[in-house]
Amino acid sequence: MTIHKGRGFACINYPIGMNLGGDPSQALVHSTPDGKFMVALSSIDLGQGMKSVTRQIASETLGVPVEDVYVDTADSDTGPHCMGSFASRGTHRVGNAVIRAAAEARKQMMEAAAEELEVNASDLDTDGAGNIHVKGAPSRSISVAETAIAAQFKQGRTLSGRGIFLIPPSDADPETGEMTPVTCFAHAALVIDLEVDDETGEVEVKEINSAYEVGRALNPKLVEQQLIGGAWMGVSHALYETTEPNYPERDHRPEDFNTYLMPGPGQVVPHNLAVLERPAEDAPFGGKGPGEMCANPVLPAIANAVYNAVGVRCDRLPITPEKVLRGIRANGGARPQGMPG
Amino acid sequence: MAKTPVTFTLNDAETALFVDPGANLNEVLRRGAGDLTTKHGCGQGTCGACTVLIDGVPHLSCLTLAETVERRRIDTAGGLAGGPNLHALQTAFMEGFAAQCGFCTAGMLMAAKGLLDANPNPTRDEVAEAISGNLCRCTGYEPIIDAILTAAARMQGRAV
Ligand code: FES
Ligand code: FES
Repeated sequence: MTIHKGRGFACINYPIGMNLGGDPSQALVHSTPDGKFMVALSSIDLGQGMKSVTRQIASETLGVPVEDVYVDTADSDTGPHCMGSFASRGTHRVGNAVIRAAAEARKQMMEAAAEELEVNASDLDTDGAGNIHVKGAPSRSISVAETAIAAQFKQGRTLSGRGIFLIPPSDADPETGEMTPVTCFAHAALVIDLEVDDETGEVEVKEINSAYEVGRALNPKLVEQQLIGGAWMGVSHALYETTEPNYPERDHRPEDFNTYLMPGPGQVVPHNLAVLERPAEDAPFGGKGPGEMCANPVLPAIANAVYNAVGVRCDRLPITPEKVLRGIRANGGARPQGMPG
Repeated sequence: MAKTPVTFTLNDAETALFVDPGANLNEVLRRGAGDLTTKHGCGQGTCGACTVLIDGVPHLSCLTLAETVERRRIDTAGGLAGGPNLHALQTAFMEGFAAQCGFCTAGMLMAAKGLLDANPNPTRDEVAEAISGNLCRCTGYEPIIDAILTAAARMQGRAV
């Protein structure tokens, strides 16, 4: 029995969102009479941080403290239309819709404040702490709460905004088939170090080193947790997860979490992560969002590392011990390819 | 069918309920006692989302017959915080971003509490072992293990 070390690399150019129907999402923003703001969406937060990020985006655009913004989402009866949480589109599409809705609400808020302060709205600014003041004269100010009360009870005006984001249509060129299906791409490069046991066919991932470029990381801790958790899922897809039986009998297929394999807390792989920021021009505050690509590059990198370790090219997932052993046997033994670099 | 009276302590509160024969504790906590902090995941003992402490020891509430907890003490995630003061585990989970969807979190917290109450200075391997019956689909486990070690250190007054 020999343990063979292998290293594999993969990089991706990942489209944010999809092209279908312009991939729209909507957002509605309105203030309560005490100057807090409600963002209504129907985009789902699955734990990836949709609510946190849209809350930050709304607060930044409105110019009010993040504590004064509430995001109400996930009910398509009460929220405006959203295509959904998939295709890594959330931050980009929904974030852009929130910016537009919040910008419209901000405009009305500034007009209401201008009426109270008897100045032009264009002379006003927010301090981000809940106040609106005359530019260059911070003492001439009114709080957002007072503004909302005046708008509601005196001026008879709403502080609200509507936003939608739609990407420019792009049909395939009939001659060349060329098109521009998405407006921005995220990128990643990832290296896997692993070991393959040539007697059992078992693969053990030892270390992950990765660099992700996701535009601006709007919430760096959320980005990091998503990338770490997603890479774990990539390892799981690459080596363990399947609803097919590992052996030919259909009866041997996994039916529940006892037999559907996933790596557990005892198999945590050290992951060194670098997040690079190249803000995208049409993205909300430059943020593209990590999305699905947190798992994607792990799979080809593992397949490459297995090849590097024992010379077996697996083109079906998951890369089970059985497939590795059959490959080794077909090659007449393990054929380590040598450590690159 | 005749119901059975069961009395137990739920997070310091004396609790008395009539339960169906054969009812499982998970159902009784959630529907009977209204404690929705105990999650229902698989209902068959494989995910750990329903973990509670019975007399301080982690148990899967979905596999526990409610009638067997007569005069015993049950602790759930709902009893972890003291008023506005979060338990050290909750604080460490929050600060360490040890949850994404949060579905596993209540079970993880209770498995971790069971560990730290019995073993206040666990090694990393002991933490991994203690949560090995709890599935998490989102975090990759590392942030959860880190958070439990952080909480243990803080509860012992050690530097993290
Ligand atoms: S719900 Fe009890 S183990 Fe899954
Ligand atoms: S945070 Fe989603 S299952 Fe653990």
